[in-house]
Amino acid sequence: MSEHGLTVGRAWVFGDDIDTDVLAPGLYMKSPLEELASHCLETVDPQFAANVRAGDVIFAGNNFGMGSSREQAAEALKHLGVTAVVARSFAGIFYRNAINLGLPAVTCAQTDLIHNGDQIVIDLDNGEIHNRTTGATLACEAIPVHLAALIRDGGLVAHLEKRFARQRAEGSAS
Amino acid sequence: MAATLAQKIIARAAGREHIDPGAIVTCRVDLAMMHDSGGPRRVKPILDRLGVGVWDPARVVVVTDHYVPAVDAESARILALTRDWVADNAIAAFHDMQGICHVVVPEHGHLKPGMLVVGGDSHSPTGGAFGAYMFGVGATEMAGVLATGEIWLKVPETIRLEWTGTLGPGVSAKDMVLALCARLGMGGADYQAVEYAGDGVAALPMAERMTLSNMAAELGAQTGLIAPDDTTARAIRDAGAEPGDMTDLRGDDDAAYNQVHTLDAGALAPQVAAPHSPANAAAVGEHAGTAIDQAYLGACTGAKLDDLRMAAQVLKGRTVAPDTRLLVAPASTRTTAAAAADGTLAVLTAAGAHIMPSGCGACAGYGAGVLADGEVCIASTARNFRGRMGATGSRVYLASPFTVAAAAATGRITDPRDLLSEAAA
Repeated sequence: MSEHGLTVGRAWVFGDDIDTDVLAPGLYMKSPLEELASHCLETVDPQFAANVRAGDVIFAGNNFGMGSSREQAAEALKHLGVTAVVARSFAGIFYRNAINLGLPAVTCAQTDLIHNGDQIVIDLDNGEIHNRTTGATLACEAIPVHLAALIRDGGLVAHLEKRFARQRAEGSAS
Repeated sequence: MAATLAQKIIARAAGREHIDPGAIVTCRVDLAMMHDSGGPRRVKPILDRLGVGVWDPARVVVVTDHYVPAVDAESARILALTRDWVADNAIAAFHDMQGICHVVVPEHGHLKPGMLVVGGDSHSPTGGAFGAYMFGVGATEMAGVLATGEIWLKVPETIRLEWTGTLGPGVSAKDMVLALCARLGMGGADYQAVEYAGDGVAALPMAERMTLSNMAAELGAQTGLIAPDDTTARAIRDAGAEPGDMTDLRGDDDAAYNQVHTLDAGALAPQVAAPHSPANAAAVGEHAGTAIDQAYLGACTGAKLDDLRMAAQVLKGRTVAPDTRLLVAPASTRTTAAAAADGTLAVLTAAGAHIMPSGCGACAGYGAGVLADGEVCIASTARNFRGRMGATGSRVYLASPFTVAAAAATGRITDPRDLLSEAAA
């Protein structure tokens, strides 16, 4: 849910090394996204997919998204309404996939200030995360400039659509 | 200016003389490789939406390996879509049901030193064994590459992993990289480049180098490079290609390395990684006696011809233990043919092995051979995450082909050197 341009949701807290097989299990990889997403994270929290709501935020430890290059790991979270993933660190491919799909991945050393179910207010433009339940504000790393543009456009495909449209316009103008 | 091998390859791909770690650069892509799972079924809708085709069909390789052979209507549909897309886009380099992409692509001479290669699979660092800067990407990123021929990179730091000494009998590259997983931790390489070097690496045949580079993914590296040498050039010529100019494709001695780790291959014992992480690796003795239900020789990491030969060394004259099953999925159809020709396959089948289709198979839970709750497997694969190979309550130990074969023979985790020395005596 959104309020005054900020996203408000509940926190879901996970540990280190959450892998892509847990986010998008291989057994369901050929199934439609709806079914795959219904098994997202079930290995570590069988209730997650059923109970997560639009606007909720994932908090995790180190190396979130390690393993496979399957972008369904990020796509499933987005499909379930997760508004951002905040972790101490990300696996490289997952990080790129999330940004490419328009799912903000925020690096933050203070994820231990968040507990399951805390009310979270997240301001992506200013890189601020506020824990409304405890009053704490978390310092986060800004999303790099060259990637912020991708997220603003809604992901890589939308970004490329703009680029090709511009090229076509320039081509027809000349 | 001194540079690491990673800096040199990326600088060339970015059209620069020199680039420093941390810089964001746009690179021209020399080759794009994708498979049936993350390939056409995912990139086609994106390219259609963008209204563009493939920037250069001659620089694209497609392999089917995840859903082969089709087991149901859905996997058959994915394979049919892949074949149609390849035909529609005039992709000449299509390897349909010939094995696992990371093995098939170099088998056909597609990889050359100094190339910048993107692969639609996380074990793409395997190409680093050929001195190519090859790394894994997701499908949207791949679609972007196909549409533009370009990709952005943050120039990595390089972690140098220097191996002295030579491996003892019954010890392999898989043991080396499992030991590294324990030492650096999952993600320990923090998406930087790793470079394997030293006499212990130079002594390895190409297939073993591929195992090292492959599991750079488990270290969290973007790629795992090995400077090309005569072994590299010979492997590429054997694949029917020419290696090209390899001059200067090595890290400069005075280049700045982020970390340097020195390890002794001569002192290394066979390693076993306990569930549910490759970083849980320890000497085989730590887990000796653990009963197993299934032994699996498969995947890009552990079913190349050299891997099957290691298993055959252990299993020659032996049979699979009662209440234990041995599944062997050769990494490619060429591997199967070569293993049939040199007698390796006969040793494995005489021992009671089931020979499975060439593909990613049970490794990631896609193919036949998955596990039930409570079952224990020892596998020559790269990952043992919870539930990856089947039921959430299954447990997978990772080990070398030697150690997987030894467990198959005894039904328990066993030091393969004990069986090899019995055979020699």
